[in-house]
Amino acid sequence: MESKLQLDQLNVHFGASHAVKGVSLDFPANTVTAIIGPSGCGKSTVLRSINRMHDLVPGARVTGKILLDDEDVYGKKVDPVAVRRRIGMVFQKANPFPAMSIYDNVISGYKLNGRVNKGEMDVIVESSLKRVALWDEVKDRLKSSAMALSGGQQQRLCIARTVAVQPEVILMDEPCSALDPIATLKIEELIAELKEQYTVVIVTHNMQQAARVSDCTAFLYLGELIEFDVTKKIFTNPAKSQTEDYITGRFG
Amino acid sequence: MIGYDLRRNLTNNFMMCLMVGAALAVMAPLGIIFVHILKMGASSLSLDFFTQIPKPTGESGGGMANGLAGSAMMIGMSSCLGLPVGILGAVYLNEFGGNRFATAVRFSADVLAGIPSIITGMVAYTLLVVPMKGFSALAGAVALALIMIPIVLRTTEEQLKMVPGTLREASLALGVPCWRTSLKVTLVSARAGIITGVLLSIARVAGETAPLLFTALGNQFWSKRLTEPMAAIPLQIFNFAISPYEDWHKLAWAGALVLVVIMFTLNLTARYFGRIKHNG
Amino acid sequence: MSEPVSLIDTRVVKGDLLFKWIIFSLAAAVLLILLVMVVAMVRESLPSIRQFGAKFIVGREWDAVKGDFGALDFLYGSVISSVLALLLATPLSVGAALFITEIAPRRVGEIIAPIIELLAAIPSVIYGLWGVLVMAPWLQQSIQPWLIEHLGFLPFFQGAPYGVSMLAAVFILMIMVIPIITSITKEVLMAVPVSQKEAAYALGATRWEMFRMALIPYARSGVLGAVILGLGRAIGETMAVTMVIGNTPQISLSLLAPGYTMPSVIANEFAETTSKLHSSALMEIGLILLVVTLIINALARLLIWSVTRGDTGARA
Repeated sequence: MESKLQLDQLNVHFGASHAVKGVSLDFPANTVTAIIGPSGCGKSTVLRSINRMHDLVPGARVTGKILLDDEDVYGKKVDPVAVRRRIGMVFQKANPFPAMSIYDNVISGYKLNGRVNKGEMDVIVESSLKRVALWDEVKDRLKSSAMALSGGQQQRLCIARTVAVQPEVILMDEPCSALDPIATLKIEELIAELKEQYTVVIVTHNMQQAARVSDCTAFLYLGELIEFDVTKKIFTNPAKSQTEDYITGRFG
Repeated sequence: MIGYDLRRNLTNNFMMCLMVGAALAVMAPLGIIFVHILKMGASSLSLDFFTQIPKPTGESGGGMANGLAGSAMMIGMSSCLGLPVGILGAVYLNEFGGNRFATAVRFSADVLAGIPSIITGMVAYTLLVVPMKGFSALAGAVALALIMIPIVLRTTEEQLKMVPGTLREASLALGVPCWRTSLKVTLVSARAGIITGVLLSIARVAGETAPLLFTALGNQFWSKRLTEPMAAIPLQIFNFAISPYEDWHKLAWAGALVLVVIMFTLNLTARYFGRIKHNG
Repeated sequence: MSEPVSLIDTRVVKGDLLFKWIIFSLAAAVLLILLVMVVAMVRESLPSIRQFGAKFIVGREWDAVKGDFGALDFLYGSVISSVLALLLATPLSVGAALFITEIAPRRVGEIIAPIIELLAAIPSVIYGLWGVLVMAPWLQQSIQPWLIEHLGFLPFFQGAPYGVSMLAAVFILMIMVIPIITSITKEVLMAVPVSQKEAAYALGATRWEMFRMALIPYARSGVLGAVILGLGRAIGETMAVTMVIGNTPQISLSLLAPGYTMPSVIANEFAETTSKLHSSALMEIGLILLVVTLIINALARLLIWSVTRGDTGARA
């Protein structure tokens, strides 16, 4: 399978602490890759390096290469904003813009960038909301506040917002950790559909979720990549004893 | 034992009475002042106050129309000068505020906020009135802006700090540049609180007299240019209050009432905005 | 899916850099303003500092015609009026703050507190207007004659009742600083942990004993900070004092006599100075005022901060 995104010897330091140690990973196109590991293992840190969110953290230092279609995201002349347009992100806690309506939230990626074409907007909003299966639930109240939605709806709205700007990769940082089981199920179904069009990387502390939604799984421990393989293999026949210990619940 | 307890209780009751008395003593003069302003102001206020300029001594009637216009002009100008500095300076502090330079800026703002306003007036005189060879509305507006800036800067920074970082991240992750995120997400999310700060700062400078004494100077007539001396309500209240003429005293009371009403309106509006929750 | 675009887009980077540069320079402007203010004050004061040196502070001559300037009378007036005002205002304010936070039913406290804060927003020129047109005549007709008759044997209450006087300045300053001290003291008192108060009550303390054991010791430095902040406000207060103090440079023990303060002499004379030296002398008074208020404010903020650990910001 052709790889969309490659990590090559990724290291992340926060001041004196070495959070991610020489991680190399290949994310194949149009697949869902899960990153699992105990909390504090650096899985979110890896995810956030991919769309350069660490640029905003003082004291954070990223070395190594992250290749998006063979182009280094950390290349000298690369603009982090252009990176983030092609690599979208969904966060742990749903974070719709409180001052905006549902409609404006979906289109916010365009509006905030100041490029809006009235006619196209409606089309984009409808298709994005349909993609996340939210259209039928909100089509009658597009102009009401996004804060009135339930937690699961808000998270799907955030995914719609990410999808609306047509990225190539979608990063998800424990997108279901704040949701109830039914809402979680809906998001998981959505993830399965998203991979037809996007390359999805999901960080999760929930191993069942990783097993359900992902094609490949990477296991991280103490900032190091322990094992990376097809999900089925990781969960049925892991190569490393540490992986086995973790997935059978013996630590972490 | 009972005697001992009685003494303690008596002490307690006595001290409680003293404190209730203190509260009354605090409220009383403030209440009296308020009643005087209402009574004297209301009896002196008429439509002329808003439409006419002050009459020469000896003639009764007249108003403070030029003072109202002058105050509005100078507050408008000082807002144009001061608000961008205060608000955008606060954006800087909020986003790049971890360094020594930011600490120095915060410290300067706190120091500036504590400087007596008459000194601000002296500085504006030295820097603007002397080189421009004349008192002017412009110098007055600059002096007022210098007073606004630290207030707006610090209140805006407080408000920006309360905007959750997740919103900023959400915007950045959509591929929105930092500068648009700052303006369209962070500032917009904090807008209610920022409006509160702005209104309070306007209320503050609207009543300032000392910084205008050597800058705008005051004017008995309409000002035609920004480079001329200009009237302002607080200046007129001051000049008329210390004059020996009964008619001018009446104008001063009317001016005081109008100023207090403006002030309370601004403060109450600010409080209203202060109560708006950020998820609204 | 959109066509993959290059990751290299220098336009956006430039936009961010430009924005950062703009907001940086606006933040820097605040620093610069303070710097310029201090430098301007010092530079304009230099002729006077060179001419009079330390004599400026101890000298009592203030003669624009002869060009002889000493600021002692104004320093005296500022210190006496502010300190006396604070001595009167502090117990009242602390008592009122205790009343609002601890004694009054919550409803009553919630009504009184914002009113007091609103009063702190009344412009000083309005306090001055009331002071000169209502309070001063009242003092002249009732309070001062009474003081002269009954306490006239004391040096503080001798002389004729003028109305406008040091006493009037003390009263008006007291009225003006009370809202400030009360509202900050209220904040400080509310920051005292409930556990402290409960501990005192659990030992069988009466309410007053709880105040003495728990509240006041815990809040002491914060209240002191509030008082010092009030002092800073009183010493820099210009309009109201100028309108009621009588503007006569003299040092008189009697509170019934008129006086003069540093901000008042600046307010009265600065716009129409007769010579370069005269304006420089006034600038030096301003410089002294600036230094004094800087010290006072720094001290006050430190004390209040030590209790509330919060930021009183520019509003205090």
